[in-house]
Parts: sequence; C-alpha cells; structure tokens
Amino acid sequence: MIGLDNVTIAYGTGTRAVIAVHDFTLSVPEGEAVGLVGESGSGKSTVLRAVAGLIPHAKGEIALAGVRVDRRRTTAQRKTTQMVFQDPYGSLHPNQTVDQILALPVAIHRLDRGEARIVQALTEVGLGREHRYRYPHQLSGGQRQRVAIARALILEPRILLLDEPTSALDVSVQAEILNLLARLRRERGLTLLMVSHDLAVIAHLCERIGVMSAGRLVEITTATAMAKSQVTHDYTRELLRSNAGFDRS
Amino acid sequence: MTEPLLTVRNLSVTYPGDDGDVRAVRNVSFTLGRERLGIVGESGSGKSTTGRAIMGLVGHPGRIAADELRLGDTDLRSLSESGFRRLRGKRIAMVLQDPKYSLDPVMTVGQQIAETHRTHLRSNKRDAKRAALEMLEAVQIRDPERVYTMYPHQVSGGMGQRVMIAMMLIAGPEILIADEPTSALDVTVQTQVLSIMDELVRSRGMGLLLVSHNLHLVSSFCDRVLVMYAGQVLETCEAGKLSEAKHPYTRGLLAALPQLGHRRPELPQLQRDPAWMADLA
Repeated sequence: MIGLDNVTIAYGTGTRAVIAVHDFTLSVPEGEAVGLVGESGSGKSTVLRAVAGLIPHAKGEIALAGVRVDRRRTTAQRKTTQMVFQDPYGSLHPNQTVDQILALPVAIHRLDRGEARIVQALTEVGLGREHRYRYPHQLSGGQRQRVAIARALILEPRILLLDEPTSALDVSVQAEILNLLARLRRERGLTLLMVSHDLAVIAHLCERIGVMSAGRLVEITTATAMAKSQVTHDYTRELLRSNAGFDRS
Repeated sequence: MTEPLLTVRNLSVTYPGDDGDVRAVRNVSFTLGRERLGIVGESGSGKSTTGRAIMGLVGHPGRIAADELRLGDTDLRSLSESGFRRLRGKRIAMVLQDPKYSLDPVMTVGQQIAETHRTHLRSNKRDAKRAALEMLEAVQIRDPERVYTMYPHQVSGGMGQRVMIAMMLIAGPEILIADEPTSALDVTVQTQVLSIMDELVRSRGMGLLLVSHNLHLVSSFCDRVLVMYAGQVLETCEAGKLSEAKHPYTRGLLAALPQLGHRRPELPQLQRDPAWMADLA
C-alpha cells in the first residue's frame, strides 16, 4: 500500500542542502500498521510528510496504492492518504466550528451527501450532535484530536498517517484515542504509518517498528521482538533502556 | 525520617472565576525531607500550582491559604515579595519544562549561571565565573569554557536543561522543585539529565520535588509519590510500590498505559467517579 524505495529527502538546494533522510526503503502492505521511532531530528516526521505530499523528495520513489506519486498529486491521490498531527491545538482552525472544519474537505473533493457524511464522521469518533457547532477552544484536547481524526476519515482514506497523535494528551485520554484508532483501523482496513517517541504506544498499535537515527532507518523489527529485547542496533537498545524508566543502580 | 525541610499543611490555592471561585489546589498536605518526592497527576490536577505556591509564584488574582507552609524555620505564608526574592534561587530553586523558554535568549549561558552566584552569594565577577565553570563541569558538560560563552539557542535541549540545573544549584539551595524537567527532551536524553540531577541533589543532601505526568518515570525515580486529582492528594505511596496503589484513580491511570510486551486489544479506559471530587478535608 505504501512503498518507499531509496527515498532521500533534503531541505534546501545546492551546497546548502541539508539531507534529512538518506536512502529510506520501506514497504507497508495493505492493512498493516508500521511505526517509526527515533530521537528528534532523526527524520521520522520528514518521512511522514513526504508520504503525505507536504514536501518533495529529492531521490528515490514513493508509491501509494501501487501508483508512483510525486509532490504534485491529483485530488484522488490526496483523498487516499490523510494525516493526523500531534498538536490538536494547532491543527484545527480556531475561527471555524467543527461543522465548518469537516465540511471543507467534503467541498474540496466534491463529495455527495455532505450532511450525512459529517454526522457519520462525528458519530464514528464518538462525538455527539452537541459538539458539531462548537469552536475548537470549546473542546478538550481529546475531543479536538477526535475532530482531527474525523476530518481525516471523512474522505474515506485507505492510508492514515499519524504524527505523534497522542503525545499532547493525558494518559487517560491517550487510552481513549488509541482505542478509537485501533477500532477504526479494524473496521475500515486502514493502512497506518505512525510516528512516536513512545515505544509502548507504537507497540500497542503497530505490528512492525522501524528505528531511525540520523536520517537513516537503522533497524526494522516487530513489536514482539522489541518487547523481548531481540534487537541488533545500539541505538535501539538505548531506546529500550530509556523506555524502561530510570535505573536507580 | 529526619527533620523535614519543607512542611505543607492544608494548602489551598484559589482563583476567582466567572462562576465563583475555582479551587486549583485543595487542602494539600505533605512534608519533604532529604528525599525525592514525586507529584503525579493529569493536566489541571494542581500539581504545578502546588510547586508554584511554594515558590510564592501564584500571582494576583490567585490566593493562597494554608495552616502551615514552612521552609525550615521560615514561615512562607507571611513572607513579603522581597523576602521571596531573596529565597528563590538561594534556598528553593525551580527547574521548568523547556530550557528554550526559561533561559534568557540574549545572555550567554555562563553569564546567567554566574549572575545567580553574584546575586545570592554577593561574590565578585571572577569568583562567580569560576563557580559557574565548576558547576558546568558538575552537570557533565565536556567543554565548560566553550559552553560558558554560548547563547541558549546554540545549545541542545538536553544541554540547556543541564545548564538550568547548574544555574539552580549554584547558590546551594535546600530544595529543588523540578516541574516536568525532562518532558521536552528525547527519551534517551531524559535518563541522562535525571541521573545528573539525582547525583547532585543526593550528594548535597537536598530535597527534590519532582512534578510530572509520567507515572513510569516518577515511580522509577522517586522515593515517595503523591497522586493528585482535581486539586487534592488522593493517595501517597512508596514509589516502588506504585503498581500496588489502592486508589481506583491511580489504578485506572496505570491500567490505561500501553505496555511494551503486554499488548491488549483494548486499553481499559478510566471511569471517573464524582466521589473523587468530594473534599477530603
């Protein structure tokens, strides 16, 4: 469903170019969930943004649903790939109601039955009718993230890209959003590519985990192997140690 | 336990709101000795406000009330603003979440550390600089001379937080309040910063109050943990035994955490009981 073949992504051009991602190769079959972990600046979000078509890639090939894509996408290509961002405070327009936020993608993609789609999208993410005409500041962080998920799902995408979807949320709210994502994935057969710094969160949703360091994919393993510490790269080991909490000894 | 460094009894912080007063902190009591005490809770539970109240940083229109709020033999309730200014940095220090915002962007990090030394210990420029360099070395910065002349935007997040710790400890305070000191850092850097802080706090016999939303971190780092909810302390327990916590809220929070190697199809969601909101007074 998602195929990345030797993708190199650079910011800037010529001698001043900074190469953020080197020769990144990853293939995600339909219905699978893959997570990317790594420290800040390791290039994990950059990969996600290139898949979403928000930034161009310098070299290599990106294919979505079997079709080679570029930064310029057709409307239909954009519809298959949707993204949910980290900060629900920053990713929703502050002067638009939930209704307007959800109506916009429907209008851009000229979908029919707009009214029914909005009602359905809200129900699916567990929001009621009373939330439809509220502004983002009138909602809690968890409710806002639900709106962001509804906005992505209203286009019925086949691929959902998640950039730290729960790191701005409290533990109890994080559990609700993770359950919601797991259910939607099951019901709709979504393919997920997710970025997080929290290994446990990634392992909860994803079967496979890619570890990035300094712009390279240094290791790709399964959530099960990660839990048993069956890893080969030094950075992955350090990550596992840090995730286990503070070591008093 | 030895004589507590800090005693807090029935501390309340109230903010006036449109629909009457909002009690951000309600009747919180605890003592802090030469130990690592953690405060955990979700956003809005009053954990940061508790730390700020101790520092005298609850500004107008917030009001503080307490039966006892004492640092050693100093009564903090009756302390004036200038009294607090002498106290902050000298006897109680605070490390905040993000070094990007808590360091002065137009002053080199070395000058900022030296300034604390000069202000509180009335030292001359040369002594202050020497102390600042020693402090940078104590927080395991490899090239103190070079880092001394750097501006905050030139240092990484982990280094910035170590600079903050150096600045906070240079005047030899009795208590360090660390409010989410590692939340803005990468997980692998978090443990480094924590162990540096731990080492310094322990070797100087200080008390540490660690405020965090991260249950995992607090239970592995601290000696004791206070669990806060809606401005109240619901439960106090030994950090190592947090997994045996009794209160349904603490248990609910722990259950809601995804665990590596223990994958569940559904995470149990926290059911909030209105009874937790009732005053425990």
